[in-house]
Amino acid sequence: MIQSFKMALKSIAGNKLRSFLTMLGIIIGVMALVILVSLVSGATGSVTDSIFSLGSNLLTVTISDDKGAPINLQTLNEWMEKDGIGLIAPSGETSATARYEGNSGSVTVYGTTPPYETINGLSLLLGRFIKSSDVDNHTNVAVINETAATELIGYTDCIGEEVSLDGVKFTVVGLLEDDEKSLTAVFGRGSVVAYIPYTSLMRLSSEATSNITSFSVSAETDMATAEAAVTSLLMERFDQDDDAFTVSSRDMLEDAMSDVTSVLMILLGSIAGISLIVGGIGIMNIMLVTVTERTREIGIRKAIGAGRGVILQQFLLESVVLCMFGCAIGVFLSWAVLRIISVVVSSLSISFSLEWNVVLIAVGFCFLIGIVFGLYPANKAAKMEPVEALRYGG
Amino acid sequence: MIDLKNVSRVYQVGSGKVYALNKATLHIDAGEFVSIVGPSGSGKSTLMNIIGCLDIADSGTYLLDGIPIEDYTETELAKIRNRKIGFVFQSFNLIDKLTAEENVELPLIYRGVGKAERKARVAEVLERVGLTKWSHHLPTELSGGQQQRVAIARAIVTKPSLILGDEPTGNLDSKTTGEIMEIFRELHEQGNTIMLITHDQEIAEQASRIIHIRDGVLSEVSI
Repeated sequence: MIQSFKMALKSIAGNKLRSFLTMLGIIIGVMALVILVSLVSGATGSVTDSIFSLGSNLLTVTISDDKGAPINLQTLNEWMEKDGIGLIAPSGETSATARYEGNSGSVTVYGTTPPYETINGLSLLLGRFIKSSDVDNHTNVAVINETAATELIGYTDCIGEEVSLDGVKFTVVGLLEDDEKSLTAVFGRGSVVAYIPYTSLMRLSSEATSNITSFSVSAETDMATAEAAVTSLLMERFDQDDDAFTVSSRDMLEDAMSDVTSVLMILLGSIAGISLIVGGIGIMNIMLVTVTERTREIGIRKAIGAGRGVILQQFLLESVVLCMFGCAIGVFLSWAVLRIISVVVSSLSISFSLEWNVVLIAVGFCFLIGIVFGLYPANKAAKMEPVEALRYGG
Repeated sequence: MIDLKNVSRVYQVGSGKVYALNKATLHIDAGEFVSIVGPSGSGKSTLMNIIGCLDIADSGTYLLDGIPIEDYTETELAKIRNRKIGFVFQSFNLIDKLTAEENVELPLIYRGVGKAERKARVAEVLERVGLTKWSHHLPTELSGGQQQRVAIARAIVTKPSLILGDEPTGNLDSKTTGEIMEIFRELHEQGNTIMLITHDQEIAEQASRIIHIRDGVLSEVSI
């Protein structure tokens, strides 16, 4: 066995260019498998993290059809008193052009009420969040995040500064810590954010009206109770039509996310698997050539006492060793490529590392390919008649 | 030791049959030095292949050390070749990628001999053919005479019952031929059974017994 292994190495090393070209198919297949799956799982990891950071006591309700019974701030205040429900905060969203002295830029504006801070787990660095009185009086106050402060105003100690949003002046009353894990931050865009009272948003943008179409809910005790309570309130209001609204929780997002990623992984995995099989066909092709070229050698070995099993083992081992070499090179290159990608996209704070599970799968698959595609050529070698083989080419 | 009775080997050529070997009967005792002489196409190689257990006769019986060869499978025949026969070919038939030492070692690996014993026996036979200095060279780095000496070392390393030479000097010049024949004579003197196949009368006459073959029929010449 050790001898056959040495022989296989010798024969592979004896024809380096050909061995390399043969391995290339396997190398590319392994790289495709390992890199793609590692990328998907890296991205999934950070998206899952950000879903996690949304907080566990959070439900998001979206209303698509109010059936003539729209929900307003008053309704939400009433619902907050119900059993099982903690806090409720509306969220309206628009995008506006912000100006401060000479600077201007696009900003995502959220209109909401005080409970939003608690529900979404925002952390204030300076000043205060929106107050109930701000909502009642349509006050033009804004709470902005660090990115908005540095990009627009130029420094973070900006409480009391006046910023205009689409031409309307707002006073900055609070500064929020950047939410690095948020979905938008992951994809590296739209992280310039301002929160203003919901009532002020109604005046700023025609997209927000007194009819609230989206709000978030926190639980009083546990999520399941809160979800049941909110759902029953909505069903009652919208004539038992569950198509009129959607209630989503982090669990549901996670479930949906994992469904999507597992489909994606299977899809990418099978594409990479196909390229590995193509690589295997390359191995078989070259092994057939090798067997023909070495017919005489096979004859000599048989003459001096090698049985069928020994010859079979020798050529099978050669094809497996060829595959495993290709696999090792492929894994190494995948590692290198993933390192490079990690460095290039380091700003996204996503870690793309080698997925050891996938590496194991790749190794196992390569081994299998070496056996399956090596078996036919090796069997052909083993079955040669010694007299015929010795006569070959001589 | 070798006992052929009415052995025939027939090849189908077109619609006719060609007898490469026609009812050959031959007995060789242990310790004999026999040469088989005949022109090309006479059936010498077929005879050698059958005696060397590389090929099976179509009819007749062949006993090697009392073992009826035609009863065995290919893998069992490989084992018999490994234990009982040492081949020396005209074109040396060494494996190019292996050094002289590794070529000689190969039959012992197939037999499953342990590493220490292998090394000792390889060193012993390489010394006997005078190639100790060349043991780490590849066949392509050796002269024809040296390559044939490696082949002889490979043939005797297993201590076979029969050393079978198929035109062993056919590719060598006369000086080297003399050296190789000297090795065969020494091996014979040490008690080995040797069978040489040749078309060269001069080589044949160095044996103690000469058998002619023509059109697949054997005839003995007594010296």
